Amino acid sequence: MTQNYRLDNIGLINRDKKISFKFNGVTYFGYEGDTLASALLANGVHLIGRSFKYHRPRGFFGAGVDEPYAIVQLYRNNETEPNVKATEQELFEGLEATSVNCWPSVNFDIGAINNLLKIFLPAGFYYKTFMWPKSFWYKVYEPFIRKAAGLGVASIEHDKERYEHKYEYCDLLIAGSGPSGLASAYAAAKNGARVILAEDKPRFGGTLLTSEVNIGNRTGKEWAENIISELKEMPNVIVKNRSQVFGYYDHNMLVMSEKLSDHLPKTKKYNPKQRLWYIRAKEVLISSGSIERPLVFGNNDTPGVMLSSAAKEYLKVYGVLVGKKPLIFTNNDSGYETAIEFKKNGVDPIILDTRKEPKSEIIDEAKKLDIQIKFSYVVVAAKGYKKVKSAEVAKISDNKNELGTVENINCDCICVSGFWTPTIHLASQSGNKTTFNKDIDAFVPGLSKQNETTLGAANGTFTLEETLKKSFESGYELSKKITNNDNKTSSPTVMEKKSTTHDKFWCVPLPKGKTYKRFLDFQNDVAVSDVEIALKEGYRSIEHVKRYTTLGMATDQGKTSNLNGLQLVSNIENKIVPEVGHTTFRPPYTPVTIGAIVGREIGKHSKPTRKSPMHSWHEKNNAVFVDAGIWVRPRYYKIGEETLFEGSKREAKNVRTNVGVCDVTTLGKIDIKGPDAAELLNRVYTNAWLKLPIGKARYGVMLREDGIVMDDGTTTRISENHYHMTTTTAQAANILSHLEYYLQLVWPELNVNVVSTTEQWAGAAIAGPKSRNLLQKLFPNIDASNEGLPFMGYLETDLFGVHARIFRISFSGELAYEVNVESDNGNFMWEKIMEVGQEFKIQPYGTEALSTLRIEMGHIAGSELDGRTIPYDNSLEGLVSKKKDFIGKRSLDRKAFIAEDRQKVVGVVPIDKKTSIPEGSHLVKDAMAPIPNPKLGYISASCWSVEYDNPFSLGILKDGKNMIGQKLFAMSPLKNKTIPVEIVSSHYVDPKGERVRS
Amino acid sequence: MLHIKCPHCGMRSQNEFSYGGDATVKRPELNKEVSDQDWDNFVYNRKSLRGKHKELWQHISGCRQWIKVERDTATHEIFKTVKANEDI
Ligand SMILES: [Zn+2]
Repeated sequence: MTQNYRLDNIGLINRDKKISFKFNGVTYFGYEGDTLASALLANGVHLIGRSFKYHRPRGFFGAGVDEPYAIVQLYRNNETEPNVKATEQELFEGLEATSVNCWPSVNFDIGAINNLLKIFLPAGFYYKTFMWPKSFWYKVYEPFIRKAAGLGVASIEHDKERYEHKYEYCDLLIAGSGPSGLASAYAAAKNGARVILAEDKPRFGGTLLTSEVNIGNRTGKEWAENIISELKEMPNVIVKNRSQVFGYYDHNMLVMSEKLSDHLPKTKKYNPKQRLWYIRAKEVLISSGSIERPLVFGNNDTPGVMLSSAAKEYLKVYGVLVGKKPLIFTNNDSGYETAIEFKKNGVDPIILDTRKEPKSEIIDEAKKLDIQIKFSYVVVAAKGYKKVKSAEVAKISDNKNELGTVENINCDCICVSGFWTPTIHLASQSGNKTTFNKDIDAFVPGLSKQNETTLGAANGTFTLEETLKKSFESGYELSKKITNNDNKTSSPTVMEKKSTTHDKFWCVPLPKGKTYKRFLDFQNDVAVSDVEIALKEGYRSIEHVKRYTTLGMATDQGKTSNLNGLQLVSNIENKIVPEVGHTTFRPPYTPVTIGAIVGREIGKHSKPTRKSPMHSWHEKNNAVFVDAGIWVRPRYYKIGEETLFEGSKREAKNVRTNVGVCDVTTLGKIDIKGPDAAELLNRVYTNAWLKLPIGKARYGVMLREDGIVMDDGTTTRISENHYHMTTTTAQAANILSHLEYYLQLVWPELNVNVVSTTEQWAGAAIAGPKSRNLLQKLFPNIDASNEGLPFMGYLETDLFGVHARIFRISFSGELAYEVNVESDNGNFMWEKIMEVGQEFKIQPYGTEALSTLRIEMGHIAGSELDGRTIPYDNSLEGLVSKKKDFIGKRSLDRKAFIAEDRQKVVGVVPIDKKTSIPEGSHLVKDAMAPIPNPKLGYISASCWSVEYDNPFSLGILKDGKNMIGQKLFAMSPLKNKTIPVEIVSSHYVDPKGERVRS
Repeated sequence: MLHIKCPHCGMRSQNEFSYGGDATVKRPELNKEVSDQDWDNFVYNRKSLRGKHKELWQHISGCRQWIKVERDTATHEIFKTVKANEDI
C-alpha cells in the first residue's frame, strides 16, 4: 500500500525511518513519529470501527486525547490491550491493531441492523426494553448485547509488564506544555523554583506546533523547542513527555501517568511500561489548553467529518491530508487557519461560515489566497455511508431558523469548528467553582479552592500575546512566593493574526421532512433527538439527562460532547447554560491502566510477608503453610502422602501422648515498663492485676468500651516495673494502638511506656505430658518440677549459652511451656528442642493441630472473639472483676448483656459421632421448620477430637448455660447438610484443667 | 490524599496516619457513677458534622503519637494540628 495522502515537505515525522504495521490484518507503512491514526489516514484508511449502539461506521474525529471514535484493540509483544485511542498510540515497528465493536467485520457488521431499527433505540431504550421479563436478561439480552455491542476485549493473561509508582514533591507542577505551560515553567524555573512540566503528547509545544505565529525573532515552534531544551538543562526542572496529569486530589496531590514504553515494540529490560507519579505540589499551573467543539448537523458522525483543528494537526505534524476535497464548516475564525494550510499545500478547500459578514486578518488572508468562502451557509447533512462523498448545504437565515434551498457539494471530508471549550477538568477536580463565560460560551475556572491557577486557552484566553504575558507573570509571581527570589523574565514580543468573534450558532436545524440523526456524543451514539426525548419524559437535572441518554459517559468522557449537550438542554428549556450547570468532572481525565494504579503491589508484593526465624526449618521439614494475616505459618508437617486431616490428627495426638513443639513467634508481644505499669494493666484487663508477683504470668481479657471482648492473652511480670504482654496474632497492632490511645490521651498521668517486641522474640510452645522431661533436659540448671516452675510461673535462664525466657503457660490444655529467645537465636532454639526431644518422641505441630487441641479443651480464640461476644458469652465471666473499674465495664450492665437467656459458648457433638459439622452452621430446634428457620446459635469452630476420636465443635448458643444435653440440628445450607447434634460442655477434654497444673 | 502536619514530625502524607474519631469526646472518669445517657453518648453517639471537626489521628507509621487535628469535613481543609496533651 502506498501512502497516497502523505505530503513530502511538511510535518515533524522522520521520513528516514519507515515503519510497517498491520490494521485488521492488512499491512501498511508509516513513519517514525506517526500515530496509528496519522499513519492510517496517510494510507487513506478512514473506516476504523463501528459505533456502540447503532454500529454506524466510524472514522477519526480528533487527533489526540479527545478522540471519541478511533478506539482499537492493540497487540504488542504478545499482549493485547483494549480500547486504545489510535490518535494517541504512537506507531512502532510490528504494531498490530484491530477494530473493536464490529461483528463479524468492520465492513459488514450485523449490529448495523440496529441502525435500520434506530426508531426502536431511543434514549433509555436499554432501561425500558431489556429489563423485562427479568429472566430474559441473563439468557437472551445480555449475551446478545455483549457480543454485538461492547468495546474491546481485556486480556485474560497475566500482565508480564512492570509498572512503578513514584512520589515527588515540587514547588510548581505545570500540566501541559503549550505556550502557557512553557512560559510559566520558564519564568518559575529561572526564579529558582523546583518545577515539574508534564506533557501528555510525545512532542512538547502544544498549539505552537501547528499555529502560524512568531515569538521574538523565532517561529512559535522554534521558540518552544528552545525553551524546552533550556528547561531540560536546568537541575531544578523535571520535564516529562507522554505524561498525563489525570487527577487532582486533596491538598494539592496530583497523579500523573507516564507512558515510558507504550510507543516501543517492546519494553526495554529492567524498564517499567508505565509509571504512576504521586506529586505533592505547592502550586499547580493548569495549562491544559482547549478542545474544539463540533458543529451538529445531519449524519455528522460519518467518517470524514472531523474537527478542523485535527485536520490541521494531521497536516502540520504528520504531513497527512485528511482529504483532497475538503469542506470547512465553521462558526469562527479557526476553520480559516485549517483552510489556509490546505491551500498552501496545494489543496483547494471550500469554507462554509455560519456568520454573515465577519471581518478579520485571517479572513482577509483566506480571501487573498483565493479560497472559496460561503457566508451564512451551513452543512445540512453529510452524504456517504462509510466515507463522506458529498455534503448537503444550504444558506441559513439571519435568525438561523430557516434553511434555503439544499445544494450538493462534492467533498471527501468535512472539517468542523464550533469554537473552543477550555479543558477545565483538573481545575474542577480540585474544587474550583467554575463559571460560565458568555463570550466564549463555555465554562472557565473561577474561584480556586486549592493552590491552583489556570492559564491560556484552558482559562478561555485565546490570544497568544495575552497568554504569554499572563503566563510569564504567573510563573514569576508564584515562584517568588515560594523561593523569595526575584529574577523576572519578561515576555517576548508576539506576532499573530487577530481573530473576530465567533457565532453562537452550532446546531443546524433539520430540513422539512428529513429525519437525519444529528449526533452530540459520538462514542455513545447520543443524538439531539435522544436528549429531546429525555426532556419530554420529564428528566430535568443534567446529571439525570446524562445517565438516561448516556451522553458523555463513554470512554472519552464527553470531551467533545458535554458542552453541546448542555447548550441543547438550555435551548429546549429556555434557560441559560449556567443555570443548567455542568456534570461533575471526576478523575481520571483519561483512562488509566489498572497496571499503573496497582504498580508493584501485585502477587507476593501485594502485602508484606512475615516469616518467623524458624521458617526455613519448617520449609525443609515439609511444612504445608497457611496465611495467618500477613504471617506465613506451618499448617501441618506432611509425612509422605498424608492429608491435612491425617497429618494434623497425628500431630495433635502426639501432643496428647508425648510432646510436640509449635512455632508461636507470631503472637503479638508488647513490652510494658514504668512505675504505673500494673495500674495500666488493671484498667485495661477485666481481672485484677495489682498483686501479680514478680515471675508470674496471668491470663487476661480486654474489652472495648462497648463491652465486647477485644482480645485475650497472658501477661508476665518480668521485674518490679516491667511486664511482657502477649496478644493474639491478629490483634497485635490494634492492641498496641489501643494502649497508646489510653496512655497518650485518656490517662496521660500514668507513667508507662509500651513498645512492640513481636519481632524481637522467637517463640516455641512445648506441649504434652513429656514436656517437663524435655524442659529439664534442655535447661539442666533449672528446677523444672511443679514446685520449681509451677503453672503460670516464669523464669529466665540460658539455653546452651543463649539467653532464654520460659513461661509455663498452655494453649493446648496439656502440661506446656513457652520458650522465648531473641529472634536471631530462634532457629538454634528450635533445632535444640528437636534434637533433645528425640528421645521423648517429639514432633512439630502446625496451626491445624493447635486448633484441634484448643477447641476440644474449650479454649476460646479468634473465631469466638469475633467482635460480637462479651465475656459471659465466652464463659469468661469469672475473670470479670466486680471490685475495680476497667475499660468497657460500664457497658456490661446493658440489658441485652445481662439477659437470662444470653448466648454462651457450648460444645456440640454430632449424634452419629461421625459427621463433621461445617463451621458457620446454624443451630436450630426443628430442621423441618419453614424458612426462615429461627436460629438459636452458630458453630464457631470445628475439629476432630483426638481425645475421643469423633467430631467436636464449639458453638455460640442462645441460653447456652441451660442447653447442655439438648438435641438440636446443625444446618449448613452452603454445604447442604443437616446434622442432628447434642449440646455438651465446651470443656470436652479435661474439664477441671488438671493437666496444665500437673 | 491529605497532607497532615504531625506536631512531632512535620508534614506527612495521610497514608502514614490512622483515623481515630472525634477528639472532643471525653471518657468518663474511672470509678465514678455514669448515667446510661452519658455512657451512651460516650460510647455510641457522635455528630456527623459538616464543617469544622476536631478529630484524632495517630501517626501510626511515624512517631506513633496520637494527635489532634481540626479539619473541615466538607473541604478537607486542615486548620490546626496539636499534640495529644494540648487543647484544640
Ligand atoms: Zn509524627
